[in-house]
Amino acid sequence: MEVTEAVAIDHGLKKEEFSKICELLKRIPNLTELAIFSAMWNEHCSYKSSRKHLKKMHTKGKQVIQGPGENAGIIDIGDDDAIVFKIESHNHPSFIEPYQGAATGVGGIMRDVFTMGARPIANLNSIHFGSPQHKKTRNLLRGVVKGIGGYGNCIGVPTIAGQTTFDESYNGNILVNAMTLGLVNKNKIFYSKAAGLNKPVIYVGSKTGRDGIHGASMASATFDDKIEEKKPTVQVGDPFTEKLLLEACLELMADNSIIAIQDMGAAGLTSSSVEMASKGNLGIELNLSEVPCREEKMTPYEIMLSESQERMLIVLEKGKEEHAKKIFDKWNLDFAVIGRTTDTKKIELIFDYKKVAEIPINLLAENAPIYDRPWKKTKLPQKLKFDKDEFKSLKLSDCLKKILSNSNISDKKWIWDQYDHTVMGDTIQKPGGDAGVVRVHGTNKAVAASVDSSALYCFSHPLTGGKQIVSESYRNLISVGAKPIAITNCLNFGNPEKEKNMGEFVECVEGITEASKYLDFPVVSGNVSFYNETKDKGIKPTPTIGGIGLISDYQKMLTMDFKTEGNLVYVIGKTDGHLDQSIFARELLNEKKGPPPTVNLFNEKNIGETVLDLSRKNLIVSCHDVSLGGILTALSKMCIKGKKGIKINSLKGLTNKYEYFFGEDQARYIVEIPKASLKKVNDILNKYSVHFDELGTVNGQSIVYKDDINLPIEDLADAHKYWLKKYMDS
Amino acid sequence: MRSSVIIFPGSNCDRDMDVALKKFGFKNQMVWHNDQSIPKSDLIVLPGGFSYGDYLRCGSIASKSKIIKSVIDFANSGGLVLGICNGFQILTETGLLNGILQQNKFLNFICSNVFIKVKDKQNKYFRDLKKDILELHIAHNEGNYFCSDDELKSLEDNNQIAVTYCGEDGAENEATNPNGAIKNIAGIFNKNKNVLGMMPHPERMIDKYLSGEDGSLFFKNILDNFK
Repeated sequence: MEVTEAVAIDHGLKKEEFSKICELLKRIPNLTELAIFSAMWNEHCSYKSSRKHLKKMHTKGKQVIQGPGENAGIIDIGDDDAIVFKIESHNHPSFIEPYQGAATGVGGIMRDVFTMGARPIANLNSIHFGSPQHKKTRNLLRGVVKGIGGYGNCIGVPTIAGQTTFDESYNGNILVNAMTLGLVNKNKIFYSKAAGLNKPVIYVGSKTGRDGIHGASMASATFDDKIEEKKPTVQVGDPFTEKLLLEACLELMADNSIIAIQDMGAAGLTSSSVEMASKGNLGIELNLSEVPCREEKMTPYEIMLSESQERMLIVLEKGKEEHAKKIFDKWNLDFAVIGRTTDTKKIELIFDYKKVAEIPINLLAENAPIYDRPWKKTKLPQKLKFDKDEFKSLKLSDCLKKILSNSNISDKKWIWDQYDHTVMGDTIQKPGGDAGVVRVHGTNKAVAASVDSSALYCFSHPLTGGKQIVSESYRNLISVGAKPIAITNCLNFGNPEKEKNMGEFVECVEGITEASKYLDFPVVSGNVSFYNETKDKGIKPTPTIGGIGLISDYQKMLTMDFKTEGNLVYVIGKTDGHLDQSIFARELLNEKKGPPPTVNLFNEKNIGETVLDLSRKNLIVSCHDVSLGGILTALSKMCIKGKKGIKINSLKGLTNKYEYFFGEDQARYIVEIPKASLKKVNDILNKYSVHFDELGTVNGQSIVYKDDINLPIEDLADAHKYWLKKYMDS
Repeated sequence: MRSSVIIFPGSNCDRDMDVALKKFGFKNQMVWHNDQSIPKSDLIVLPGGFSYGDYLRCGSIASKSKIIKSVIDFANSGGLVLGICNGFQILTETGLLNGILQQNKFLNFICSNVFIKVKDKQNKYFRDLKKDILELHIAHNEGNYFCSDDELKSLEDNNQIAVTYCGEDGAENEATNPNGAIKNIAGIFNKNKNVLGMMPHPERMIDKYLSGEDGSLFFKNILDNFK
């Protein structure tokens, strides 16, 4: 086929980009070369719209071993232990084919982690679906959950936490973000940077097939009516092979045979080989006739673009080929020497004894286009004036029940029962808490992880929303007694070529950066997913934050369930009663306007550190952060989980009980305090000058507040627990 | 007491089982599926996971693996063979245990704590166990035990039903049956009661920070009975 501008456009390149390629190459590329450019220059691989802004992120910290730019980020957790972690999107494929899309999302992120020498120890996910009333939602949800479970359960890595939301803006673009944590010895980390000349380049894992060709380009475009036609671009996962690949790689990593290793993810062999050579400032020569293929007569074009799963590229020390092959043979995996490193600084492809492509590496990597796209600021919406007389017709207890059964608040047990969350025998906090917690095997340490996003806040005011999600992640970790260490982010947005969407991205990133800097909570890895748009309708901006924290003695881990009758319950942090953008406003007043709650980073940090101090001194016995749905919602969850009630005090100076109980002000925690610790707790709270309310006492089997609320825990549990199950069964 | 845990490609509870056995004092060793023989053992464990990917009927490929002949010989000579989850599926596929494990009734993978009732204590696994009801953990997609009427009658007549799903109070009914298993069966013995297959995972419940610690009772009891 002759390469023309039209062919280039079919490959997702822009007209100007094609001219630039010809200019850089000083000739017209052949079809294979064009394919390589299209794979490397698309949004998904090149970050061309986002790179300028991502550079500003706060990525350094005392415990950071590896920041963004590698397969995953790495943090030091002491005693030579390090945690490798990253979150990644698999949105586009999951909408087209939910089971395989979600499954391969999980597979891909696990490979990113074990590529670095780490054994995966926990998975998390953040999944977002259209309105529950939308005809596709139920099947997409079912497929995605089965896909995530199907892959993670088979590999034998526990899924310890997650987040699921519903919003009509995801009707045509669901989001599937998967996160993995791995444990590695910090002296035995493997990187993707090739080094040394004439070193053998090894292909291991599954065979290459025709699946997933153009996957990365597909993920770099918006959807239209013909989206069903894109099914062949979705990869097919084989978790069994991945399990073998994991074990084989870790076995080979036990000695010093590997110079560099990189998984074949988006844009498969193309991006893995180019990245390794680029980082090592080397050339690479690949003989594509040696690539193990699943199908007959595959062309160089297909081999280079295939996104078949469960494959790795390794640069090996010379002479270690036999040793490595033995290990991969033992695990029944393909092993082939397919090339070598060179000093040409080019990627050169041989097929059938002929050279079929030759491109200088720097044209694919450093010379890839970078765009400074125009963007628009989002103005802070004016604060609403609620008609408080209107509230009076609403009974507090009815409001509470309605909120507890809201699709975004209700219990997600139906989902996490389908994920193996206890395999590996170290899960000490299961899904459904503020964060999942796994022990670092054989030590007293434990790692906490949570995923958070707040699309409604980010949509209303991206800058505040960006700060809020980082703060929320920080609070969730503190709520289980963990010191927050670092985050990974998955930035899901609409079309960057639209000023509004680009503005949402820029300002969310700004908010994330500001908060992560202030809270000393650096970003160490992440990914950007643009073009979450169907027929001109984009998603609400949905940056997802995956936070990691450390509990140095796991016996001090906190959970949210109320423990003992008679214990006192405090709300730490001040409640002003911010109802704009709250679940209460949406669900009961049908009011969707107004600004999100203000984020005061000084308070977040000060109050967070206060609570952490209380937990380390064993002065509190349960803890839960107050977020969506406000104080009453948070309290209800603590009651339901602990199967205990609370008697709420008559609160002095309360301006409005609806605002107090359902307001979504930030930087607040509810804690349970044994009477014997009370004085010490008060002293610490005063020392940090932290505002707190004496909310009530753990008592009986009901939530009781004056004459307004008297709700048995069982009723609350009924409202909370069954929405999703009923929805899926109907 | 010496134990061996067989690792099939795709096993994923092998390490957990190794950790649990060693914690309670077993001298455990790991045995690779392609090995010809098993080192001298008092107990052989087939762990949970997805042996060979379980892309055919669960456990069917493992039941034809190289090592399995040694397992069958060991069982037939009276040795203790314990299959957990995928291990139970493999044992039914080898014919050492009757019946099969079908997909769960509600077609979903289930990961959850369950209560099981010990139905027979005249064996080396449960003899003198202090509790009759244990809280253990299940995590499977194919745990729905099924067998023919004749086989069921024979299991009942010979007291081969080892454990059944029940409520905290011991109630065995539809509500306490997580996967649709016939007669709430969670685990069975062979005729001689040296081979035990069960879906619940005792190795995941071995200290108080986990979902519970009734798994400890199970392992300690096997050791106590061996002494």
